[in-house]
Amino acid sequence: MASAEDSITRSREKLPALDAVRKRRLIVAIAGRIIAHVDELTALDAAIGDGDHGHNMRRGFEAVLQDLDALEAMGLSDLLKAIGTKLVMKVGGASGPLYGTLFLALGKALPDEPSREEAAAAFAAAIAAVRARGKSEQGQKTMLDVLIPTCRAFSEGGDLAAVKKVAADAAEATAPMRATRGRASFLGERSIGHMDPGAKSSSLMIAALCDEWGEA
Amino acid sequence: MANVGIVIVSHSPKVAEGAADMVRQMVGQEVPLAWTGGNPSGGLGTSFEAITDAIHRAWSEAGVAILIDLGGAETNSEMAIEMLPEDKRGRVVICNAPIVEGAVIAATEASGGASLAAVRRTAEELSP
Repeated sequence: MASAEDSITRSREKLPALDAVRKRRLIVAIAGRIIAHVDELTALDAAIGDGDHGHNMRRGFEAVLQDLDALEAMGLSDLLKAIGTKLVMKVGGASGPLYGTLFLALGKALPDEPSREEAAAAFAAAIAAVRARGKSEQGQKTMLDVLIPTCRAFSEGGDLAAVKKVAADAAEATAPMRATRGRASFLGERSIGHMDPGAKSSSLMIAALCDEWGEA
Repeated sequence: MANVGIVIVSHSPKVAEGAADMVRQMVGQEVPLAWTGGNPSGGLGTSFEAITDAIHRAWSEAGVAILIDLGGAETNSEMAIEMLPEDKRGRVVICNAPIVEGAVIAATEASGGASLAAVRRTAEELSP
């Protein structure tokens, strides 16, 4: 009983505040992780899609990095919305509006100094926005197949290493799925056996966030 | 009342331009028309900003019907519509129709002064 109360108290405590330096490091970590994996994302997308996911994501995150000075000075909410807007503008493809919506919705839902409970609720709200934007559900071999289990693990109080592992495992678990949404769905059965590139890019961002956040 | 405008959004600028040529051949200058294709770097893909710009170029007080090809064209067009000023947002629709045939038949319908709803319905009759 006491431990359940402890856990509730903990989830309502504010997460460590992010100063400009830490905001900058988090953005660089996430953008850098995507940019470092461009070739892998492109190869995954070439197998079951149109092969542009890596390049599209790089274009988006390079544009984000150009705005680092402005971004680090913003509150968390405005910062996330600014990143979302940049991704919508620059990524192209369906992943631009999808990731853009994720960051925009996170920015709308997150207070500047969130508790873990508030962060989990904002994550869930952002996922709902992505589902609506993509008219997609879990199990269709998309980024949602990583975001949804990751959000669950985070909401249930898992530590960051555990959350990161859930995301990586969830991305791997898209390989045996048959795509029913997105360009890969055109391949039908032939989409089976390849990891979804959007699931991979989602897990990369989550891994970078968990690694950098864990440095606090 | 002005005629409904038509926007063509393809992953390929050549497809978009070619479809627009076919529309012009059918309706001349009677319908506001804009096309866009390609990602923000000019490769195959679609661009939110370019779609937003095309909607403004084809703007008509009677509304704008958008014809699209594949997934990203739809997602980016939906995002572009949602980000329009509130007084315009409700007057732009995406037609669930084949891009070339849909654009030609939608424009033909629009050239006769049909409403946005009628233009969309005519195009969507191609996708039973």
